[in-house]
Parts: sequence; C-alpha cells; structure tokens
Amino acid sequence: MANATTAHHDDHHDHHPTGLARWLFSTNHKELGTLYLIFSLAMFLVGGAMALVIRAELFAPGLQLVNPEFFNQMTTMHALVMIFGAVMPAFVGLANWMVPLMIGAPDMALPRMNNWSFWILPFAFTLLLSTLFMPSGGPSAGWTLYPPLSLQGGNSLAFVILAIHLMGISSIMGAINIIATILNMRAPGMTLLRMPLFVWTWLITAFLLIAVMPVLAGAVTMLLTDRFFGTSFFNAAGGGDPVLYQHIFWFFGHPEVYILILPAFGIVSEIIPTFARKPLFGYTSMVYATASIAFLSFIVWAHHMFTVGMPLGAMLFFMYATMVIAVPTGVKIFNWIATMWRGSMTFETPMLFALGFVVLFTIGGLSGLMLAIVPANFQYHDTYFVVAHFHYVLVTGAVYAIMAAVYYWLPKWTGHMYDEKLGKIHFWWSTIWVNVLFFPQHYLGLAGMPRRIPDYAVQFAEFNMISSIGGFMYGFGQLLFAYIIWKCVRGGEKATAQVWEGARGLEWTVPSPAPLHTFDTPPLVDDKVAVHADRLT
Amino acid sequence: MKRTNELIVALAVLAVIIVIVWGVFAVGDNMPRGVTAYAQSVYQLHNTILGIVTVIGVLVFTAMFTSIILHRRSKGYQAANFSHSTKAEVIWTAIPVLILVVMAIPATRVLIDMENTGTVEMNVKITGYQWLWKYEYIEDGISFFSALDRDSNRARQLGSGINPRDVENYLLEVDNRLVLPTNTRIRFLLTADDVIHSWWVPELGWKRDAIPGMMNEAWTLIEEEGIFRGQCAELCGADHGFMPIVVEAVSPEAFRAWVADQRQDLADAAHDAARLWTREELMTHGERVYQAQCASCHQGDGTGLEPAFPALVRDGTPTGDLETHLYTVLNGREGTAMAGFRDRLQPQDIAAALTFTRNAWTEEAGEVVQPSTVAGRDQG
Repeated sequence: MANATTAHHDDHHDHHPTGLARWLFSTNHKELGTLYLIFSLAMFLVGGAMALVIRAELFAPGLQLVNPEFFNQMTTMHALVMIFGAVMPAFVGLANWMVPLMIGAPDMALPRMNNWSFWILPFAFTLLLSTLFMPSGGPSAGWTLYPPLSLQGGNSLAFVILAIHLMGISSIMGAINIIATILNMRAPGMTLLRMPLFVWTWLITAFLLIAVMPVLAGAVTMLLTDRFFGTSFFNAAGGGDPVLYQHIFWFFGHPEVYILILPAFGIVSEIIPTFARKPLFGYTSMVYATASIAFLSFIVWAHHMFTVGMPLGAMLFFMYATMVIAVPTGVKIFNWIATMWRGSMTFETPMLFALGFVVLFTIGGLSGLMLAIVPANFQYHDTYFVVAHFHYVLVTGAVYAIMAAVYYWLPKWTGHMYDEKLGKIHFWWSTIWVNVLFFPQHYLGLAGMPRRIPDYAVQFAEFNMISSIGGFMYGFGQLLFAYIIWKCVRGGEKATAQVWEGARGLEWTVPSPAPLHTFDTPPLVDDKVAVHADRLT
Repeated sequence: MKRTNELIVALAVLAVIIVIVWGVFAVGDNMPRGVTAYAQSVYQLHNTILGIVTVIGVLVFTAMFTSIILHRRSKGYQAANFSHSTKAEVIWTAIPVLILVVMAIPATRVLIDMENTGTVEMNVKITGYQWLWKYEYIEDGISFFSALDRDSNRARQLGSGINPRDVENYLLEVDNRLVLPTNTRIRFLLTADDVIHSWWVPELGWKRDAIPGMMNEAWTLIEEEGIFRGQCAELCGADHGFMPIVVEAVSPEAFRAWVADQRQDLADAAHDAARLWTREELMTHGERVYQAQCASCHQGDGTGLEPAFPALVRDGTPTGDLETHLYTVLNGREGTAMAGFRDRLQPQDIAAALTFTRNAWTEEAGEVVQPSTVAGRDQG
C-alpha cells in the first residue's frame, strides 16, 4: 500500500487530462503561459478591430459610419481591451512560460492560483464586451472613466466596473505568483544579480502591480457607489470633487504605464545581447535604472492632468520629477546601443523587432519629454500629439517587444523554427505602416486636433486619411503574425535546444520544445552558466 | 583603421538621418505661432525643446545605425567582449541631467508667467455645458451661449449627404462668437455645469479645464485683431467634437460699440419675453432653437435615439403632456443627459422650442406656449 502511494506520487506528472479538461484544469506554467498568450492575441485582434472602426470613421471629415456615441464606446473599449486584455496578459503569459525556465524552477510557486488568475480573464472580458450589446451600450467616457461623464451612462457601468475588478484580481494574483516564484524558487547559485533582465524587470513590475491595482479598484468602486448608491465622492454638488478621481486614477495610471513597458525593457535586454553575440552592457545599471523608473512612476501622476488647475508649486514638482525619468530611460537606451557596439550582429526577426523597438520607443520617449514641459503641455494636452506619443511607446514599444519575444521563444515553445522569411515580411510591413499610421498624428496634434473626436475640421483631412490608410495596412498585416504562429505550431524545421547561436541562459539548456516538466532537479548556476554574470569584475 | 572606418560611416549615417529629419519637419504642421506674447513664448519654448530632443534623437540613431552597418557578422565582424565602462555610464547619466536643467529653466519662467492671473482689466466667466459654452462678461453684465453653427450642425449629422468641404469653417464656427478687445489683459474664470470640459484656443497658447463645482483661472492679452478658433479638448460626451470656440478679437473701441449693441439686444429680449407671440413667430423661432439646442440628442425629427435620448413624438403625437414637458425642459432630468434650460435660454426661446416640438411633426395643430407662461413657472 505504501509502495502504491509512493508510486502514484512519483507518477502524477504523467497522468494528464486531455482535451478541454487539460486546459481548464491545468496548473502547469507552460500550458497556462500558452493560454495567456493565445488569449492576448485574440484580444489584440478584437481591440484592433475596434481601432479600425475608429480609423474608418476618421478616414474623411463628416460622419459616415457610426454615431458619435458609438465612436466613444469604440475609443473606450479599444483602450481597455488593448491594455488589460492584450498587453498585460501577454506579459503575464511570457512570465509564466519563461520565468521558471530562466531561474531554473520546476514551475510557478502557486500553480493553482496561476490557473485561477488566468481563467478569471475570459469571464472578465465577456462581461466587459457584453456591455456593447446592452441597451445603454458600452462605456463611452474614455478608458480613464472620468466622472461626472462616466456616471451619466446607463447601468452597463456596473458591468464594466465588475470586469475591471476581475482583471485587477487576476493581475494581483499573477503578480504575487511571480514575486513568490522569483524570490523563493531560484536554482542554487542563481543570485539576484545573476538573474536575466527579463526576470528582474518582471519582479519590479509585479511590485508595481500589487501597489496600484488596489488603487484602481478603489477608484472604480467609488464610481460605483456614486452612480448606484447615492454617495458623492466625485460629485461637487454633494461636497465631493471630480478632480479627486483623476488624482486617484493616475496614481494607478502612471505606474500602470510602466507595468506595460518594464517587461518590454527586459525582453529587449535579452534579445539584443543574443543577436549581437556580446554580453549586455551595464547589467547592474540596467537593474538600477529599472528600479529608479519604478520609483519615479509613483511621483509623477499629475503630469496627466496639468490642465485641471493645480498650484504652481505642484506643477513645477511634477514637471521636474517627470523630466528626471528621462535619465534612467536614457541609460537604458545608451546601454542597448553599447551592447550592439562592436558586436557581431545578425538580424533575425526577434532582433529586427527589438531594434525597431529601440528606435521607435526612443521617438515616443522623446515626445514624452516634450509633454513634460508644462507650458507646452497646455498646448499638447488632449490632442493627437498625445495619441501619437502613447501609441509610439505602447504599439511600437510594448507590442513590438511582445512580438520580438514571441519570435525569440517560439522555437523553444513549439520545437519548430518559425518561417523566417514571413517573419521578416511581417516586421518590415508592420514597421512601415505603423509609422504611416502614427507619425502624422504628431502633426495633427500640433495643428490643433483634439483627441477623442469622431469628426474634424477639413484642414485635418489629409493627415487623417494617411493615418487611416496606415492603420488598415498595419492592422491587416497582423493577421500574418497569427498565421506565422499557427504555421510554426503545426510544423517546420526542427529547433535545437540552443535555437540561437548567441543565446545564453538556462532556458536554452532544456530541449525544444520544452517538455511539460523542466528542472525537476534544480540546475547549478555559476558564472559560466548565468546569462548576466558580471564576468569581467 | 577600425576607428577611422567607424567615423566615416557615422558621418554618412548622420547625413542620411539629417535628410530624413529635414523631410519629417518639411511635410508636417508645427504648432501655431500664436497671437499673444504668452502664446509666442510657448511657441518658442516648444521649438527649443523640439530642437533639443531632435538633436538627441539624431545622435542616438547615428550611433545605432553606424553599429548596425558595421558590426555585423555577415561582414565577418568579430564580437568584442566588453560589458561595462564606468566612465561612459557616468557621462551618459550626467549629460542628460545638464540638458534637463537647460530645458527646465525657460519652462519654469513661462509657467510662472502663465500662472500670474492678477491685475486684469476685465473678467470673462466661461461655463461649459453639454455641448455649448456660456460666456459672461462680468463687468458689462452681458451673457450668452455659444454653440456650433447651423451649417456645420446640419452637415455633421450621420449620413447628412452634405460634403463638409462645402461648409465654411466646418465644425469651427459658432452662432455667437466670444468678442474680446485687443491689448486688454483679460482674466477667464472657467467652470462647468454638467461634466468636465476644456477650453482651448491654440492661438492663445493654453487650454484649461472647466470643471463642475470648481473655478479655474487663466488670462490672455491679445495683440492682433482677428478670428481665432478652437475646440473643447476634454471628452464630454457624445457631442464633444461639436462644441467649438470662436474668439473674435476687435479694437477696444469696436468692443465698446459691440457691448452697447448687446445691451440693446438684452432690452429687446426683455420686451419679447413680455409680449404675446403669434403661432408663426413661435414656429419659426422654435425651429432655430430646437435645431441648435435639442436636435443633437432628440434628432432633427424628434424621434430621439432610444434608450439614451427619448423620442419627443411618436406616431404623430407628442409623447408626454405639456406640463411635464415644460417642467423637464426647465429643470432637466436627474441621472440623464437632459439638462435644465431655465438659465440657458430666454423664456421666449423655451416657449418657441416647445411650440415647435408640439406642432412640427403632428397631424393636428397642438398647443401654443407663450413666453409669459414659461416666465411664470416657479423654480422646480
């Protein structure tokens, strides 16, 4: 009897449900990582379709396709779906797959919670998207849900708020899991300062998530009680303050921006050394720069709301604090270029996307520095200049990094090489059209076009048309991405364990595809194995 | 050899990037120069900052593309193995700090100037409504609403069939312009009645939020006569894109004359509110009021957009009794987008709009509402 129990215990890895149950009940970090990634790709396409509705309406002046109310629902939903449905779950999916592989852990620290945090998401987004079919329509006050406007909508607001709560719970559980895994399950010898930068950036991101998702939950709960239970947190007539909401929201919102970009920094810091065949330049300063950016993210929130009328001293403080962020961010960009410098580079698709990230994210970063300058911000604020800025950092920043990561690790996940030729076409197609899409929006903003409008004066017509053409070409180009992944899952040239000649780190020591269970016996990590040992000191 | 090579390639890359950047600047629009000293200082500041970030970008991309061209395996380039340099890292931390200080000094100066709203010669209170503006000239006791003009409003309806290019100043024209004197230091007091709006005329160099329950301040001193157009910049609901701002700057003498005209109009309006109107007068005036104030939600034919915006007429009959109708128009309906119009419109405007609504789409002649009836209604 005792023997049987032991045998059962030893074997439980091999008893694996099949079919739907395999995915519903899985507690395996690789399967959950896959689910997260598939979910985020689906949401990316849904959110993209909404963006195409927006760009179609803005193709020419006049209202041709949708009424203004539905247009506002589209801008609101596009943002919520892309931020909470596409980018965040993609990063969590990458963390699920790669963090245990990179630190030599057999799985995530809390596998059942891992299952739960994923499976909340489909319900959350079903709730959110279902509001579009309700009598009062979806949320239309922008993703920031500023009151009093957001309180004017119908009862569907309650569904939106519940959906946001669910997404928040999912994110917090995911973050706890990642922190617990990184702090407790590193292989012997994997000291903190030997960890790959992707692990570092995710560790810091996870702390940001735990710090700010409850703040968002608080803000939307106050909206809920203001709308349905007669409170007046944000109602001036009842003694409340509508600007208070903005302060609370952006205290969440600014760290959220870095939640969306820090893991991207980590990914790029993995990929550039691999394809430059040279260790990452300034590993330690990269870690400190990430931590500095995370700290600063808590003290710059009001730069999203310079026009609400703040005391002069407050505006100066938030301007200076925001400008300071340029320093650690600059360090990162300089370090990536120094990593490339005198390397022996090749330009496979992951490297192309990483380099595209460095160039285009820098453009978004520089326009961000312009936005920090308060008197100029009084002109830029709430115009297409801002829209151009945050799409450069989010689409050509976060999304480019995610795509780079997918191409980089796809052979490890599937055991097949993706179609390199198609990958390169995908990169060049995307890069050309994404600039046609977003660069003219800088001009529109400077010329005076406000954001979130369904129709515009005729002097804005030419650049809007160009932008819309770019949007459609870029958008449909992403179907190629989905096809490349599908093709790679189905088959292709066999991938070796090493995959990339210049790759270093534990994830390349396991076979491709990575078996369901890896590092059952922890590997021993020393300076020869570690991806970022400061070998030269 | 290696270094000479890098230098030559870097110079070539720099040249190409400069050409590209030149093209980027040549094809697009820049911020307007502005018509006030403050706006021009913002414009200068913007150009300075844009220049600095452009130079930074050009240098960063030059280094990056030089490396991409030279340091590639296909050219047989062997990878070096350095991974840090304290000297380089100190330099590229310190230099950005210095650049930021250089940027912060003019930015601080311009901001302090903007925030000094004292010693003004006149005050204008701006109130944002869904979806129009109210302007009150505090010293002169004049106030009026300013909404999207009729031509734009007609053309911007979904499927209107009107080409916006045929409408003069499409979406940037209003029925009543904000007339302001030049060479006068004017303070604006901004607030809102329903949701947050933001008042923005790019030529004046700033925007500021109009927030219900709060009073914000801003100032301007316009130096050139002319017409300057802007829009609401904060999402304020369905017709956020359709509440433009038009400032007409005139000489101080012309401004005094305009004020006198407005006062005369006010006296006429008071007279109009007291007299009896004919059905035809009410219908004609009512159509104008209805199209400007009501049609964006309840639609041009009164059928509404259910469920958010109820129909005013169904099967040729008004959907409610007159008393309720009048009460709702005067006081609004809580929890919906329906605002109260008691303070927004003159009694004759409300009377005319009601008469129009109750007659325009019905088979039989409906009720006629007189301005005196509206004026006689107590506060809700």
